Amino acid sequence: MTTSILEIRDLCVSYGKVEALHNANIRVGEGQIVTVIGPNGAGKTTMLSAIMGLLDSRGELDFDGKLRLAPEVEDMVAAGMNLVPEKRELFGEMSVQDNLLLGAFQRYRSGKRDQAETMEEVYGLFPRLKERREQMAGTLSGGERQMLAVGRALMAKPRLLMLDEPSLGLAPLIVREIFRIIAELRRRGVSILLVEQNARAALQVADYAYVLETGEISMEGPAQALADDPRVIEAYLGLGGKHQDMLAT
Amino acid sequence: MDFQIAMLLGQDGVTNGAIYALLALALVLVFAVTRVIFIPQGEFVAYGALTLAALQTGRVPATLWLLLAMGGVAALIDGIAAARSGALRKLPGVAGWNVAYPLVLAGLLYSLPLESLPMLVQVVLALAVVVPLGPLMYRLAFQPVAEAPVLILLIVSVAVHVAMVGLGLLFFGAEGSRTPPFSEVRFEVGPMMISGQQIWVVMASVVLIVALYQFFGRTLYGKALRATAINRNGARLMGISPALAGKLTFFLAALIGALSGVLIAPLTTIYYDTGFLIGLKGFVGAIIGGLGSYPVAAAGAVLVGLLEAFSSFWASAYKEVIVFTLIIPVLVWRSLTSHHVEEDE
Repeated sequence: MTTSILEIRDLCVSYGKVEALHNANIRVGEGQIVTVIGPNGAGKTTMLSAIMGLLDSRGELDFDGKLRLAPEVEDMVAAGMNLVPEKRELFGEMSVQDNLLLGAFQRYRSGKRDQAETMEEVYGLFPRLKERREQMAGTLSGGERQMLAVGRALMAKPRLLMLDEPSLGLAPLIVREIFRIIAELRRRGVSILLVEQNARAALQVADYAYVLETGEISMEGPAQALADDPRVIEAYLGLGGKHQDMLAT
Repeated sequence: MDFQIAMLLGQDGVTNGAIYALLALALVLVFAVTRVIFIPQGEFVAYGALTLAALQTGRVPATLWLLLAMGGVAALIDGIAAARSGALRKLPGVAGWNVAYPLVLAGLLYSLPLESLPMLVQVVLALAVVVPLGPLMYRLAFQPVAEAPVLILLIVSVAVHVAMVGLGLLFFGAEGSRTPPFSEVRFEVGPMMISGQQIWVVMASVVLIVALYQFFGRTLYGKALRATAINRNGARLMGISPALAGKLTFFLAALIGALSGVLIAPLTTIYYDTGFLIGLKGFVGAIIGGLGSYPVAAAGAVLVGLLEAFSSFWASAYKEVIVFTLIIPVLVWRSLTSHHVEEDE
């Protein structure tokens, strides 16, 4: 068993009286891709936001061997965690290059000056971004924006990269490209926590998987085993349309 | 009005307009990054000028006590927060900036022969006292309510303004002050006589505007502030904390305000409450730029300066009225041409 880069225990998040995430336990091993799949509104984005420190939560969070109490986003970024949110959150009125540079803000603050090399690495991974480096981020296509969002996160040289629905709204060809990059990142030693609705692609690329439904982890296991599980096949891999009823029973 | 008078008024207008432009830029910056409509901007003008005036008469300015007090409170709050969250490595920084720096400055002010120092050193000391009040003000008054709606931030802003004017009266008294000019040189250009101080004001403003432009265009910290203004959430995810962006923005706003005060103190008598009116004129410029466009805000502020100068000739009793009335057609025009956007918070 590999050492953990991230371990959350009994993580709960509430919006007022409504509990959006209930006692979630998740572990991401060093260098692994772990995916969390589940239907819309299951609490996947809430979970990532809580781990990142964007939302208040209860429970324990171990990152890189240290227990983090009420983490601030900046501290998590400084510790090597990075989130590519579903909405991308790019700086639309700034150039691609400036967007990338800002991804390295925390590293720059802590005195590291390797931004030029890291940027070349990112350009190596996404040659399209290099062609568009002077262009405003707001004028990019959907696929390019997603590449920029991932590239910007990579500028921080994260130990754990969390991706929220990276394939959402993208053409199939671009989706394939994004998943190719995810596999390539793992090869380079980046641990990845991937939240996806595209369960098929996510299970193909991941080592381990969790199914999150109505705020609770309902299933977990090695990605291949889950991909072969009849309940997962029925509910998420597109052989039936009545997955909610099926899983409720 | 003959040509000579027109030139004279134009010269006055441009000089004042340059200062209004600086303040307008600061207002746009503060609003873009923190959503605070920065009413106390003008107080930094008065504090800067009056702190310099106090130094030049050999007195230790009372603003130093404000710095010591605000630093102490900020250190206490941040220190407790750091200790609670186990982030003990932050303590030296917290103590250094909030306690050690004001103490060192106090030591300097009490040991130096203030009135006989060269003017440049006096100016640097005045800025060293007044400018840190900006980030401390953000820390104490605005950071705790940083996520509040714009209206709440505006109310806090008005409260801070009232408090600062009151403290200004306490610190500096009701008497106004005027400082000696930076240089006594006068230039005769055709029919015009231009004073060295007016050139100083315009040149310093231009230099500061260019420096700000470079800061936002070329440095990572400047880009981080722009990024925060464009997308606060995105900036947070890059590790640019709203608190850091807020403090940096207020530092710049305080620097611009205090420097403006130092620059105009030789041209006009500054009272403890003069800053408000000066700040409001910068605000008119900022409104012309829709609190969003830096170049339009700066141009609008120069227009305000010119309008003020010419209306003081034709209808001097109404000059303030005329300047502030300008805001009405601008608002009408803005409301007709811009689309209403719901606040996203």
